[in-house]
Amino acid sequence: MTAQTVQQGDLVTVIGLEVHVQLETNTKIFCGCPTEPTEEPNENVCPVCLGLPGALPVLNEAAVESAVKIGKAIDADIPEETRFHRKNYYYPDLPKNFQITQYDEPICQHGELEISVEGQRRSVTIERAHLEEDPGSLQHVGGGGGIDSAEYTLVNYNRAGVPLMEIVTAPDFRSPAEVRAFLAELEEVLEYLGVFDAGRDGSLRVDANLSMISAEEADEDGTIGLEALEAANRTEVKNISSHKGAEKALVYEETRQKNAIQRGRAIEQETRHWDESRGITVSMRSKEEEKDYRYFEEADLPPLRVAGWKAEIAIPELPSARRERFQAEYDLSDEAASKLTSTKQVADFYEDVALEYDPDLAATWVADELLGELNYRDMEITDVEGRLEDVHRLVELVAEDEITAKNAKEVVLREMLDDGSDPDAVVEAAGLGKTGEDEVQQAVVEAIEENPDAVADHEAGEGGAINFLVGQVMQKTGGSADPGDVNQLLRAELE
Amino acid sequence: MSENIFITDAELAGDDADEGPLAGRTVAVKDNISTEGVRTTCGSRMLEEYVPPYDATVVSRLKDAGATIVGKTNMDEFGMGTTTETSYFGSTDNPAAPGHVPGGSSGGSAAAVAAGEADLALGSDTGGSIRCPAAFCGVVGIKPTYGLVSRYGLVAYANSLEQIGPFGSTVEEAAELLDVIAGPDERDATTRQAPDSNASYAAAADGDVDGLSIGVPTELLEGADEGVVDTFWDALADLEEQGAEYHEVSLPSVEHAVEAYYVIAMSEASSNLARFDGVRYGNSGGYEGNWNDAFGRAREEGFGDEVKRRILLGTYALSAGYHDKYYKKAQDARAWVKQDFDQALSSADVLASPTMPVPPFELGESLDDPMQMYLADANTVPVNLADLPAVSVPAGETDGLPVGLQLIGPAFGEQQVIRAASALD
Repeated sequence: MTAQTVQQGDLVTVIGLEVHVQLETNTKIFCGCPTEPTEEPNENVCPVCLGLPGALPVLNEAAVESAVKIGKAIDADIPEETRFHRKNYYYPDLPKNFQITQYDEPICQHGELEISVEGQRRSVTIERAHLEEDPGSLQHVGGGGGIDSAEYTLVNYNRAGVPLMEIVTAPDFRSPAEVRAFLAELEEVLEYLGVFDAGRDGSLRVDANLSMISAEEADEDGTIGLEALEAANRTEVKNISSHKGAEKALVYEETRQKNAIQRGRAIEQETRHWDESRGITVSMRSKEEEKDYRYFEEADLPPLRVAGWKAEIAIPELPSARRERFQAEYDLSDEAASKLTSTKQVADFYEDVALEYDPDLAATWVADELLGELNYRDMEITDVEGRLEDVHRLVELVAEDEITAKNAKEVVLREMLDDGSDPDAVVEAAGLGKTGEDEVQQAVVEAIEENPDAVADHEAGEGGAINFLVGQVMQKTGGSADPGDVNQLLRAELE
Repeated sequence: MSENIFITDAELAGDDADEGPLAGRTVAVKDNISTEGVRTTCGSRMLEEYVPPYDATVVSRLKDAGATIVGKTNMDEFGMGTTTETSYFGSTDNPAAPGHVPGGSSGGSAAAVAAGEADLALGSDTGGSIRCPAAFCGVVGIKPTYGLVSRYGLVAYANSLEQIGPFGSTVEEAAELLDVIAGPDERDATTRQAPDSNASYAAAADGDVDGLSIGVPTELLEGADEGVVDTFWDALADLEEQGAEYHEVSLPSVEHAVEAYYVIAMSEASSNLARFDGVRYGNSGGYEGNWNDAFGRAREEGFGDEVKRRILLGTYALSAGYHDKYYKKAQDARAWVKQDFDQALSSADVLASPTMPVPPFELGESLDDPMQMYLADANTVPVNLADLPAVSVPAGETDGLPVGLQLIGPAFGEQQVIRAASALD
C-alpha cells in the first residue's frame, strides 16, 4: 500500500483468502482409487474413500511431495512433525461425517508469495497451507433444487478423497484486483510445480473474507491492527472458482458493504454465496452460529516427519524468477516476459526456440502469433502439446527466410491449427516457397518495361506510382515476394 | 446353541483350506470384524443388514492359513459394554457359568471357545473386551501391543486404543492364532514390525518361568472381590513354585485411568460412529423434515441406549470450551499411565493382576448401572491406554465362577507374557 492522505469517512477494504486447490496426483490421498474424473457416478471408489466401516486411511506419498513442493515455492516452514486431525460435521456428501484434515500442525506454515499489481511489487503472507481430503458431490433432484427443498438428492463419491491443499492467507489484500493478481500468480506457481491443473473442473475453490475498516484505523504503511480487524463484521464469500470470478465477486461485495455503511446500516457477519450467473452475492444463512468442528487427532495416521524432504525435493525455476531472467537474458519487455512465462510449457517452448533463433523473433512467434492464434481458437498450449515441433519448424522457415512472415502466420499457422497439417506440407501445397531473388529481379525488370507510364509518373515525383509497380511485381510472383524488398529493388532499378 | 453365541452362522474358508498352520481348525469371529459377503452387525440394529464388500486383513490371513470361519459372534453393541448385554441381538449365556454374563464386549467369541463351538476365536479389545470375557468364560485371551495386528476391517469404536486379538482354550493355541494374524499391513498405517518378528509366539508358550520377575501393582488389587484376590494369590504362588519371583510395584496414575479411558474412548466413538446416519446404513429416508432431522431420526432408531450415551458424552468432551477440560486432560493422563508402566516394567519382566476385580455378573444384574460396569474395567483399561500387550489366563475359580489372571508385558513383549501365562496352562 502506498501512503495516502486519510480522510474522514474513508474506508479501507480488507480481504483474506482460503484457497482450496486440487493436487494433481494419480490416486486419492488416502487410498489407491484413481483421481481421473469419470462420467459414471461412484465408479472410482473403494472401502476407504466410501468410508465403509473398518476401512483405514493410508497417506499417499505423492500428495505429501506436492505439499512440500508448494511449501518450498512459498518459502514456508515445514515443521519437524506434522499431524492429521478430524474435522467433525454432518453433511450428506461426507462419507464418514468427518473430514481428515490438518489443524494445529499443518505441513506448511508462515509462507509468502510476491505479486505485482499495477507495476507495484508486494508480498502476501500465507499463514498456512495444509493437506485434506475432498468430500463427495451432491446432485439435488426435483422440488426446489436445493438440499433442503429437493425431492431427493444423489450422492457421488468419485471426488471423495481427492487430495486438496487449503492455502490460507493473512488479511493482506486491500482490493479485489490484488486478489485476482494473487490467484493468477498462485495458479502459475502451482502449474510450474506440476501439482495443479487449472483446466480441471473444480480444481480451484476460493472462500474470501471481506470487511470494510475505517481508514483511521490503518497505520501509515497500511497495516491494520488485529483489534480493528476483529471488531469489524466480515462476510465470507463462498463458491468462487476462478481468479476472474474472485475479482467480480469481491467488487460486488465491496460495493454492497460500502453502500450499506454509507446508508448507516450495519454489516451482518454472515456467509454469502457468489452467484456467478447473476453476478451477485446472496446471503446463505443469516445469524449462522459459530460452527464447532470438535477437532481432534486422527489416530489412524501416525505423525508425519517430512521436514527433511524440503532439501531433497527439487522444484523448477518459478514464474517470477523466470520472468526476470527472460527480461535480462533475452532483452524482453515486461509484457512479453510475462506472456512468455504464463505457463511452464510456454516458457520452456520459448526458450527452446530462442536458443536456436533470434530471441526477438522467437518472442514474436510464441507470445504474439502462437498464443494469439490459440487464444482466438479458445485453445491452450497444452492442446498443441504434441505439435510444438511443427511450430518450431515454422519459426525455422521464417528465420531462414524460406517463407514470408505474413504467409507463415496467415496461411501456414492457421492451417496447422485448423486442419492439423504440418508446415512443410502447407508451404508446398500453397506454393508459398519464397520466390528466388533472380525471379523477383526478373519481375521487376519486366514490370518497368511493361509500364512506361507508371515509370514516367514516378520520375515526375508522383508517390503512388511506385506502389502500382510493387503491385505488378507482387502479381507476377504470386504474392511470395517480400513487398519491402520489391520496393527497394524497383527504386534501385529506376535510379 | 442355547447360549446365543453367534449373530450369524457362516462357513468361510480360503482356497487352500487343507494347507496352512490352521488347516482343519475352526475359528469364531467377532461381529465387528468385516467378512466379505457375510453381514457384520457390530451387535447393532443400525448394521443389521450391512454386508461388507471386503474382508478384514485378519480374515484374509485366517483364510490363507487354512482356517474355517464358523460364524460371527455376539458382542456388546459396537463393543460398548462389559457383559455382551447391550447387543441388539440379545444377551449370551456364559457356558462356564450358566446364568451369568460371558463378559464383554467380545462375549460371543469367548463363549464360542468355552462351549467348544469353535477351536479358536477372534475378538477385539478396546478397554478389556478380550481379557474380560476370557476371564469370565475361563479361556485364554490375548490383547496384543497396539500396532502388532492390523485393524483394517475392524469397525472402529475407539481407534487409538483397540486391537484385534485371539482366544483359545490354552495359551499355546491362542498364541498360534496370534502367529497367523500378527505383522505389518500396508492398509493399516499404525501397524509396525515387532522387533523379534521371526520368533513364533506359539513356541514361546513353553511354560518356563524359572527366574521370571513379576511385578504386582498394588493399586490393581484394591477394591477387588475377596474370592478373586485369593484366587489371584494362589496362582502367583503356583508361578513362584515354578521358579518365578514377585514383588509389589506401584502405578499411582491408574486411579485416573478409568476416567481418562472413557473420555478418550467416547470422544473417538462420537466421531467413528458419525458415519452411521441413515444414508447408507440403518433406516434411510421416509422421515419428515430436512436431512439433518432425518439423520437424527435414523440414529435414534438404529442405536441402543449405551451407544447413544457414549456418543453424547464423547461429543460433549470434544466440544469447544470442554475439549481442554476433558479430552486434553485425558490425553495427559494417558501419557502419565504410559510412564508409570514403563517405570514398573523396568524392574519386572511382566506385571500381574486379577483380570477383572469381580467374578462374572448374573445376567441382567449390571445393565441399569453403567457406573458399576465402567468400574469393572479398572484393571484392563490402563493397558490399552499404555498400548501394551496383555494375556488373561484362567487362574482358578471362586464360588464355582471363573477367575482370570492378567499378565502385562512391555511393548512388543508378547513372548514374555505368553511364556509366563503358559506356566498356568
